[in-house]
Amino acid sequence: MTTTFPERRVSEDASAVECLCAHCALPVPAGLVVDGVEHQFCCDGCATVYEILHSNGLTAYYELRDEAEGRPAATTAHAYREYDDPAFAERFVVAEPSGDASIELYLEGVHCVACLWLIERLPELASGVREARLDIARSVVHLRWGPDEVPLSVVARWLDRLGYPPHPYRATSLQEARKREDRRWLMRMAVAGATAGNIMLMSFALYSGAFFGMAARYEQFFRYGSMLLALPAVFWAGAPFLRGAVNALRTRTAQMDLPIALGILVGFASGVVNTLRGAGDIYFDSVATLIFLLLVGRRLQQRQQRIAADAAELKHALTPLHARRVEEGRNDVVDIPVMAIVTGDLLEVHPGESFPADGIVEEGESQVDAAVLTGESRSVDVGRGDEVHAGTVNLSGLVRMRAEKAGLETRVGQLMEAVEEAARRRAPVMSLADRISGWFVAIVVALALLVFVGWSTVSLSEGVDRAIALLIVSCPCALGLATPLAIAAALGRAARAGILIKGGDVLERLNRPCTFYFDKTGTLTEGGFRVWAWYHRPGTEAATLAARVAGIERHATHPLARALVAHAPEGPEAISPDRIEHVMGKGLIARLDDGQWRVGAPAWVLAGAREDSWCRRKLDEVVEAGATPVLVSCADRVLAVIGLSDELRPDALSSLVALRAWGHEVEVLSGDHAGAVRRTAERLGVARARGGATPEDKLAIIEASERPAVMVGDGVNDAGALSSAAVGVAVHGGAEASLAAADVFITRDGVEPVVELVRGARRTMRVIRRNLVFSLVYNVVGVTLAATGVIGPLGAAALMPLSSLTVVASSYQARTFRKPRR
Amino acid sequence: MEVLFIVVPLALVIVGAAVGSFVWATRRGQFDDLETPALRILTDDVGRR
Repeated sequence: MTTTFPERRVSEDASAVECLCAHCALPVPAGLVVDGVEHQFCCDGCATVYEILHSNGLTAYYELRDEAEGRPAATTAHAYREYDDPAFAERFVVAEPSGDASIELYLEGVHCVACLWLIERLPELASGVREARLDIARSVVHLRWGPDEVPLSVVARWLDRLGYPPHPYRATSLQEARKREDRRWLMRMAVAGATAGNIMLMSFALYSGAFFGMAARYEQFFRYGSMLLALPAVFWAGAPFLRGAVNALRTRTAQMDLPIALGILVGFASGVVNTLRGAGDIYFDSVATLIFLLLVGRRLQQRQQRIAADAAELKHALTPLHARRVEEGRNDVVDIPVMAIVTGDLLEVHPGESFPADGIVEEGESQVDAAVLTGESRSVDVGRGDEVHAGTVNLSGLVRMRAEKAGLETRVGQLMEAVEEAARRRAPVMSLADRISGWFVAIVVALALLVFVGWSTVSLSEGVDRAIALLIVSCPCALGLATPLAIAAALGRAARAGILIKGGDVLERLNRPCTFYFDKTGTLTEGGFRVWAWYHRPGTEAATLAARVAGIERHATHPLARALVAHAPEGPEAISPDRIEHVMGKGLIARLDDGQWRVGAPAWVLAGAREDSWCRRKLDEVVEAGATPVLVSCADRVLAVIGLSDELRPDALSSLVALRAWGHEVEVLSGDHAGAVRRTAERLGVARARGGATPEDKLAIIEASERPAVMVGDGVNDAGALSSAAVGVAVHGGAEASLAAADVFITRDGVEPVVELVRGARRTMRVIRRNLVFSLVYNVVGVTLAATGVIGPLGAAALMPLSSLTVVASSYQARTFRKPRR
Repeated sequence: MEVLFIVVPLALVIVGAAVGSFVWATRRGQFDDLETPALRILTDDVGRR
């Protein structure tokens, strides 16, 4: 549902006193200024909100609001009646034991403290609402209300009228599980942190005892105390690492958890032995600190990944959820949620809305933009008896359709199932740190054995001590932090640069030579049309002809018409609308003084005009090139042959060149007509292009790719390919379904962010390598010193935080992703 | 220094209580949203003067 605002224009005459909107403080367009009234408004939305706030004593909103921020209230005229449907309640509303109901709604337009204040005042405005609590970072409000006192549609209308159109948002079971996992991780961190700190205190006592002497019973007391505290740290807080190591052993894959678990267990076991023995060093403090730091590192990475995943899911909530069902017999139209659509329903679809179900058109004629489903850039004409699909957009006329398939049975629904299937099949990729860890464990264990054998010649206990010291010193704290920290920092920077990345492994994958598969429509091209070729018959004048064509086409709503209007250099000629006749699906007829003009589809124009060799040659040329042909005729003479094509994004060419310079291959993979795809590919210098690909074809091509495949696309038809590719990138403006399927989604316009993604990934990989080198160098030095007996456990404990700090600094100062300069 | 035998366990009990209350707060979802409460405090007494 979109709202149209009156156009807001800043007064051209600078000396004129600007009239500012009393609600949003933006200039009021001259046409809307009402004389003799104190408060002026830029739009109806602002006037509504102002009225509500004043009549309910909520004017404090204006005090709280950031003055500099001006944006008109985004109210819509929607009635939200579908919110009262039982099918809606079943899907989104939670019944609470107290008899109240609760729901989570995603709100548009939330931006500041004033919004927070106003939304949480909802119980004062709408009686029956018990509580409204806003999560401002996600723009999600948690509502609790008495369903017997107020219907949800009324509450939704209140939110809308305040300028925050709501969208139902149901935390999926996946998200619930994620939330529980997050909380558990926090608790682990708390336990590890608290025990580490307290063991450290006891270690201080023990260390000073080692220097100044301490009675044996106190020493034992502190040893046992430390051991007691270390138990929950190792076996509960450290459980993820131990479990990871067990999995790694079971599947015989190298993993970072393996050396970590080895360090933890060896440290803990030797600590226990020494405690029971009543002599020697205990390592409980190092072990607990290690667990704490590693938990923090992984938490940071997870948090950044969740932010991106959350953003994608919230975007998904914006998918329109209501449909208009025609109550036959009563001739009434009611709003229902799409979940309530059943086969046989007669549905009304307004221009600009997307079809809610698959079905057959019963009444009305229109054009349909099916790009989201097929990748086709040309719109399709539909009329009575034609098939339409859920998710495609009704462009120009009011249409009534008979629903045949709804929900998961629709074409879109089935594509989304294929997406989940493809995601399940995807093979995991081993990260650099994991690969290193295998070698690391082998080398460390070999060294420890060597040291043990070497020192055993001196004495057996000396051998054991040295070997254990080596295992502890080499405990890969910095190594375990190297990757998570670098990735967490990079994902944060990427998000600020408008690139949201859902998984850190994406960054590593992009460093291998990949094949990039670009979708055409909406990705490499803008999706709109442009005049690509204009041939006029010799003897006619181009400029006047263009003005005439533009003047005729100005009366049409077809997307092709907009391109023809824009093409006239001196603007369209003024032609009165009563001289124009629309022929649905064919073109326009204009009855002008110099004869009858026709602009439209070749077959239709040629039915009333002579086709000569010039016309045929030019027409073949246009069709051959993959452009959409339009003919112009006057009386029986064809005056012009026009080829229209969708416009290439300005940064497409330079972006592809940059990707190829890094050794990546680039291909075009589109559902549009082969000719159009080939021509786009030629203009971009791409040798391999595939057109006419169905969503299933795309999936198959991605899965058969020799190199790791990176799919860049925007439509539902790309979703399967996006989720099965090694990396799926959904570009700005894409369908919500593609956001859910992709690993990365871009909130900036153009192709250039894809280049920035690869560049940032390369820089991040460099940081990861640098971190790994740092920590390995530390380990080599530490191991050498421990093996030769230069440093004891105390020296090792001092070196450990130093190495970790280096890694932290190296991760957070790196300028991996950059914002575009403007 | 026998007092240590009482004081150290006492300290551990306090640590246990602190960790316990943190766990309680986490379970109740108090750390789920870390941004809004910081802003909500700014609006607490607006419109109620």
